[in-house]
Amino acid sequence: MNAVAAFFKNHAVADLLAWQHQLEAAEHFGLSIAETEAIILDNGLLPARYQRNRQTISQAGQRELFRSQVAVIGCGGLGCYIVEELARLGVGRIVVIDPDTFEEHNLNRQLFSSPWQMGEIKVSAAVRRVADINPAVTVVAHQDALSRENGVELLSGSRVAVDALDSIGVRLQLADVCTLLEIPLVHGAIAGWFGQVTTRFPGEETLSNMYGSDKSAKGVESSLGNPSFTPALVASLEVAEVCKLLLGQGRSLRGRQLMIDLLSMDFCELVL
Amino acid sequence: MNITVKLFASFRTGRFEIESRDYPPGTSVADVADSLKLPRHELGIMMINSRHVKLDRLLAEGDTLALFPLLGGG
Repeated sequence: MNAVAAFFKNHAVADLLAWQHQLEAAEHFGLSIAETEAIILDNGLLPARYQRNRQTISQAGQRELFRSQVAVIGCGGLGCYIVEELARLGVGRIVVIDPDTFEEHNLNRQLFSSPWQMGEIKVSAAVRRVADINPAVTVVAHQDALSRENGVELLSGSRVAVDALDSIGVRLQLADVCTLLEIPLVHGAIAGWFGQVTTRFPGEETLSNMYGSDKSAKGVESSLGNPSFTPALVASLEVAEVCKLLLGQGRSLRGRQLMIDLLSMDFCELVL
Repeated sequence: MNITVKLFASFRTGRFEIESRDYPPGTSVADVADSLKLPRHELGIMMINSRHVKLDRLLAEGDTLALFPLLGGG
């Protein structure tokens, strides 16, 4: 490992290590890209791809993100954007859970869907996309529906769970799983021009207060549908919450809920 | 009694954002929702004076009732 670290130190410009040298080291020393990324970050260096993160996230913060595992539950409108942003941010391990395959009605908003890949398993598309945009990131894909029964096993090891579900009943089960695992849950939901985001800590009643206990309830998205921009916005807000939780920075939406109305361009905060 | 009703998101369509309305004593949250033809299954967060309430909660003079639709999409 010292030889690899020495290679990186020799090739770094200031503390930045170019992708070309990271790839060269992986091939020369027989390491995965993820292994080289760990060595770079552990030696106080920064892969050059993150240089524009820098005024926002320190080198130590970037290392912390790489050492983190985050679970994204749902890989549709919200989930694809969330996975994309977590991977570009540099979160090292992303667990993605979704039972579905892409269909034509997903094409208006779901980032990993393509008319040339109809029928593709959504979580497989997530693996393919992340391998393409940031090969240092590991995606653990589960083509499965989350439930109270399998949730603890699927989410085990994740520091934060991100809600990208389209089912109120499954959301309530996810909240229970997060309480059992004692991890925070970043909640997002969308319908038409409208969205909401909040962060729930284990045991808090945030989701049950919002949704009641009717597990079969459907939101207004069943009549309003979802356009392209609402999931992109709400997903980004959720990723910002995740980033703060992982880095222990800023002020989260714990105890507050952001209500978004893009038709009136009105953002309001509820104190929960 | 005078109640300030605030509607959010899709509930505003064809209705209003905020309105001061008169209701008889004994009016519940459900009565207000029904008077505005808000489908029960679409009701999400309901707050009186910024605190969560349920459908059967009775209103009092001067209350502000805020109604949000249920959003569940992803």
